[in-house]
Amino acid sequence: MKVNVKIKRFNPEADKRPYWAEYSLEVRETDRVLDVINQIKWEMDGSLSYRRSCAHGICGSDAMLINGVNRLACKILVRDLGEVINIEPIRGLPVLKDLIVDMEPFFDSYKAVLPFFINEDPEPPTERYQSAEDREIFDASTKCILCACCTTSCPVFWTNGRYIGPAAIVNAHRFIFDSRDQGADERLQILNQSNGLWRCRTAYNCTEACPRDIPITKAIEEVKRELLWRRA
Amino acid sequence: MAVARPKTLRQAKASYATNSELAWWIFMRVSGLALIFLIFGHIFMNNIQINVSNVDYAYVATRFSKGWVKVYDSFLLGFAMLHGANGLRYNVEDYFKNPQRRFWAKLILFSVVAIVFVLGVMTLWAFSFEEMGDAIDALPHGN
Repeated sequence: MKVNVKIKRFNPEADKRPYWAEYSLEVRETDRVLDVINQIKWEMDGSLSYRRSCAHGICGSDAMLINGVNRLACKILVRDLGEVINIEPIRGLPVLKDLIVDMEPFFDSYKAVLPFFINEDPEPPTERYQSAEDREIFDASTKCILCACCTTSCPVFWTNGRYIGPAAIVNAHRFIFDSRDQGADERLQILNQSNGLWRCRTAYNCTEACPRDIPITKAIEEVKRELLWRRA
Repeated sequence: MAVARPKTLRQAKASYATNSELAWWIFMRVSGLALIFLIFGHIFMNNIQINVSNVDYAYVATRFSKGWVKVYDSFLLGFAMLHGANGLRYNVEDYFKNPQRRFWAKLILFSVVAIVFVLGVMTLWAFSFEEMGDAIDALPHGN
């Protein structure tokens, strides 16, 4: 099938502002959007820049705004989009070139929530036991691949880049509710600031955008409640 | 001053010290729930129990001279104004990037809220509806 692909491009060395480049090409309807932009890059315009790595929805490199929704280019098929495909870089982060954005502010927020296991107790001779039920509590938030689809779909993040963002809160959730972890208080303190948890206005954009189907807004509300119970 | 996003625990702790957002978050939930009952009660009393076209000064004056109505309407006024004002404050915090403009927007917002609230409370508690009611009744008909 023939598709018309419009890509918002920007080369900081040549362009003053981003512009839309149009490409018409023949693709299969079972192709993914990543295959389409690969075809553009390899056969039509080698200067097109974007990130991709595993191409199987695990590495989280190729998040982009496709037909108005943040998604992974490797997880969406052409037949689900139709003949017109508009692709933009994800919003709210500085564009470096074409579809590549500066992810550092995103990772700064991620680092701020101490996204690693904290337990000062001496290691037990066997395992740090955790029941299946305890594991289930934070199961969804372990699935995050840090693609930034959620954070860059958040209207609060667009207008206020200081907001820590849903991805960081989900990754804090993953450890706050881990029965073996001891860093929950520290993480909750970090999130309990006006640019932390409390900027969330429950717009649900993050939940809709997540390619891993994490119920992000629910996770954020759970962290808010946890903070409430611990302070009470 | 705009505070940069904290990157370390120490920076986060510094900005965490003076935070009332948790309290506001709880207030929004409690007042939101209370407002549902208060507003529906208000609609029931003034739109269903009595036909709106029959609401005149005498009805309002009689109503406002009752103590429980003063208390009920004070809660309605207080919750509605604070709930609405805090919602608008969220918008100001989100959309005004310039700290100075944000400060002035919040100052104007809180001033308007305070004026409306004070006027409302004065009307409810300091205004003598009985006296005004008598005065209006004493007027010749047609005025």
